[in-house]
Amino acid sequence: MAAPLTVVLIVAVTVRACLFRSSLADLIAERVEVVSPLNAWKRVVEGLALLDLGVSPYSGDVFHETPLIIYLFHFLVDYAEITFMLADVITAVALYYAVQDYNTQVLRQQKFALEAERLPLDSLELIRSPRQMYYIPLKVAMVYLLNPFTVLSCVAKSTCGLNNAIVALFILSTIKKNALLSAIFLALSTYQSIYPVTLCAPAVLYLLQRQYIPVNVRWASFWWFLLQYAFMYLGSLFVIICLSFFLLGSWDYLPSVYGFILSVPDLTPNIGLFWYFFAEMFEHFRLFFLCVFQINVFFYTIPLSIKLKEHPVFLIFMQLAVISIFKSYPTVGDIALYMSFLPVWSHLHRFLRNIFLVSCVLLACSALFPVLWHLWIYSGSANSNFYYAITLLFNVAQILLVSDYFYAFLRREHHLTYGLYLKRKDGSEATLVLK
Amino acid sequence: MGLLSDPNRRRALINLLTRLNAPICAVCYIAGVAWFMGLAFEPFTLRTYMSENAMGSTMVEERFPAGERALATGREFAAHKKRAGGMPVDWLVKTMQSRGLEVFTQKFSRTLPFPDENKERYMVKGTNVYGILRAPRAPRTEALVLTAPCSPGDDNNQAVGLLLGLAQYFRNQIYWAKDIIFLVNEHDLIGMQAWLEGYHHTNTTGIDWSPLQGRGGSIQAALSLELSSDIITSLDLVLEGLNGQLPNLDLANLFYAFCQKIGVTCTIQGKLQRNDWDSVSGYSHAVQTMMLMVMKQASGRPWGDHGLFLRYHIEAATIKGINSFRQYKTDVTTVGRLLEGMYRKLNNLLERLHQSYFFYLMPSLSHFVSIGYYMPAFGLLAVILLLRALDLWVQLATPPVRTEDGIADLEQVTHSPPTIKLIPKETIPEVLSVLTPLVISHLTGAALYFFPIQFQATAVEHFPVSESEAVVLTAIAIYTAGLALPHNTHRYILTPDWRVLKLIAVLYMAVLLGCTALINFSLGFILALTLVPMAAFITPHRPKVLSAFIMVILSPACTLLFLVFFFQDLQEIPVSFEDGWMLFLSVISQGILDHSLYGSLVYPLIALMVYPCWLLFWNILFWK
Repeated sequence: MAAPLTVVLIVAVTVRACLFRSSLADLIAERVEVVSPLNAWKRVVEGLALLDLGVSPYSGDVFHETPLIIYLFHFLVDYAEITFMLADVITAVALYYAVQDYNTQVLRQQKFALEAERLPLDSLELIRSPRQMYYIPLKVAMVYLLNPFTVLSCVAKSTCGLNNAIVALFILSTIKKNALLSAIFLALSTYQSIYPVTLCAPAVLYLLQRQYIPVNVRWASFWWFLLQYAFMYLGSLFVIICLSFFLLGSWDYLPSVYGFILSVPDLTPNIGLFWYFFAEMFEHFRLFFLCVFQINVFFYTIPLSIKLKEHPVFLIFMQLAVISIFKSYPTVGDIALYMSFLPVWSHLHRFLRNIFLVSCVLLACSALFPVLWHLWIYSGSANSNFYYAITLLFNVAQILLVSDYFYAFLRREHHLTYGLYLKRKDGSEATLVLK
Repeated sequence: MGLLSDPNRRRALINLLTRLNAPICAVCYIAGVAWFMGLAFEPFTLRTYMSENAMGSTMVEERFPAGERALATGREFAAHKKRAGGMPVDWLVKTMQSRGLEVFTQKFSRTLPFPDENKERYMVKGTNVYGILRAPRAPRTEALVLTAPCSPGDDNNQAVGLLLGLAQYFRNQIYWAKDIIFLVNEHDLIGMQAWLEGYHHTNTTGIDWSPLQGRGGSIQAALSLELSSDIITSLDLVLEGLNGQLPNLDLANLFYAFCQKIGVTCTIQGKLQRNDWDSVSGYSHAVQTMMLMVMKQASGRPWGDHGLFLRYHIEAATIKGINSFRQYKTDVTTVGRLLEGMYRKLNNLLERLHQSYFFYLMPSLSHFVSIGYYMPAFGLLAVILLLRALDLWVQLATPPVRTEDGIADLEQVTHSPPTIKLIPKETIPEVLSVLTPLVISHLTGAALYFFPIQFQATAVEHFPVSESEAVVLTAIAIYTAGLALPHNTHRYILTPDWRVLKLIAVLYMAVLLGCTALINFSLGFILALTLVPMAAFITPHRPKVLSAFIMVILSPACTLLFLVFFFQDLQEIPVSFEDGWMLFLSVISQGILDHSLYGSLVYPLIALMVYPCWLLFWNILFWK
């Protein structure tokens, strides 16, 4: 299995290296779909220049990355291209091993279920065979590395790739049952962009599941584990934040990074939902809608965790998708991360209903983004409404995609408990309707 | 959401769409064409109206008196031009200075990728002369431009004369709030390109120019003047610019309003406007006018010197004086008054022209069709592709007989051949095998794009042809050679289902045409008109020879050939087949030149995207 992975890695690195050398790299680095004010390389370079001059990098309104990133690139700025390629490789390899581990576990659970004869007979065709699942980790790595979105993001040197790597390492350490590393990486990714904090729910659920502790408020061990995890998480977060403070010597970065993410002052167009809405809004509604929009990202954690508490890995996927759709400065790199999980759920394809429609819309929108941008900015003949219409469509398609997978997942679980051929009370064939 | 989530209703809808797919496609096609033809019918169009408040009325008193003197200056210019054998730079500088302008010159040079036989030029060297009239009334942050080309031969002398006359007259007025730049450019578009790049300090096409010594403010609008006779019968307005871009409709409205006021006959596409829209001949006249506009826009080339301004967000148009055998004549004084009125109105602008439409078609100068009305015509054609894609998707999904609800018959699933499984991710080899034709046809496209210019020297060495013929013939040769490819690509692939390839090709074409139509509606529509029916009904099971013939007829190159004849027909100068063929060759070389000189996107689009897409369908036809 290592050989195909190596081939994929080599292909991916070659593609990126070629693009870095071509004239396209500058063009890509300017695209608003690929870089946001948070993670643009141009801004990192600006921050570095300020740091070298002995000025706080946050003194202007240009740099919004975290202090650790700027100190990382303080040493690595000459090797930036290699760093970004390496980040992508780490993400892919981490996802590869994570998914491999997850799959063996799924198979084991399935075996227990079969031996215990818990599955209804007619749902046997839903059983997954190890042969089918053999290539899934490789596909995950391949989909991540060769996804045009990831390639664009890497070539633009968007720091999104580093965030993805941290999240992937978090997923790996969670699935490998290492609570400490999981908490540390979760703290790191929270530190990077706040939103991954919602991933603590699936992480805790998963670790509890693997330690056979029931999710029950009356169990002391449940509370004890929760406390442990919270302590590790908050402790490492505290350490990282203090470390940043000591590196920089001031608390400047808190408003400049987290204030910037939460209050969305930069309304440069991107593929998200925020910019147009807040550009059009009357100033006195701003705070209210800001809260509504931001709560939107965090709120889905609760219902999703309740519904998916038996399936934390699927919950991770859902959370990543929700974050990348509703976050304040999304880029295509965020989308690439959750899309790389799609091969893991390839067994759900028979239950998907809108996949054709959704993939057509996603494809068309991806092509239309640059076209409408050109018409708006360069020819001046279209306007922002055209561009936002496509953004809206793109996000609706993503939401449909995610909800379709969610429905398919629940549907399969339903069939696994109640059998594949549902009968009405009068014996006729029943269909499931989502209303 | 009921439609998306209720399996029964979805099944009903999808059944309907797949069962009636062919009839629905045919109806859509006919409806699309009918809609498009209906656009020229006057009751379906809107009357033009001025949207910009600052230019609201034509209440200006035009006083330009000096038409005769302008003609005299024009004659003097002609004499000096003849003596200098090109642009009489010194004389122009002196004359402009004597009229009180700040005068500057700009030198430029450009070597064409291959000799241009139409205009007989290869290594171009020239000088632009321009004078700036500084605005007395406002900070000099905005500017207007009036240009006249210095053409070879006896053309456009009157235009330069009128330009100088207007400069002298404008200089004495006190109401200018914007700088006015009077530009005489040499070598038409190449000079214009050099000047615009110098003015905005960009270099996109690799032309050599000396930096501009003087600048005005940011340019708000520009008019280019072409006038070759002392007396004219009508003025023609040219709007189509680079890549099919059009200026804001208000500029056309302004021109029309002043023509009405002053009483000059005005035309668009050289066609007068008629009042008998309810008669057949009146309607066909409107259709012809609109078709001319569509074809000019689709060609993506600038149809006047104004065409390059549009790229810089500058609204610009060319005004052409036409002298034909009509009774009613107009003298140069009247044209000068018209321009004076237009410039005074443009001078009133408080912001860039943006109120009116940027996407429109004009069946006559007083009527227009906006994007909301013409897009459905394209949409109806594009829907065909989506319907076919849906049909293919359902066909690919059905072989393991499964209900829409996702419940499959157990036996069928286990016995179904693995190639027909629809999920691409489960069958990586299949996707890879579809990649082969994709990659090969794109490589052919890349060859079509790069080789003609790369190998012109080799071709000239080995064949008795001139450079520009060599380029065009190489392009045609590569284009034709691409047709032989399916036999070559086939041996290596694992014979997957042709429907997978067709699904990809159909979606590819839908996205491609959609994007094209957004940027340049006319090009997108013309391509859709020929490519969509071909794409919809090509399968490997059709009679090979007949389908191949139809496919070649509907291929982009043949479409271009027909359009050449059609265009000549509409312009009322029909050509014989041989002349048409020569014209076709020169159109191709012009397309390649436009791309390398001005950055027109039509040639790369056709070579790198449309042609490979067409080749995919060619592949499908010869699928074994």
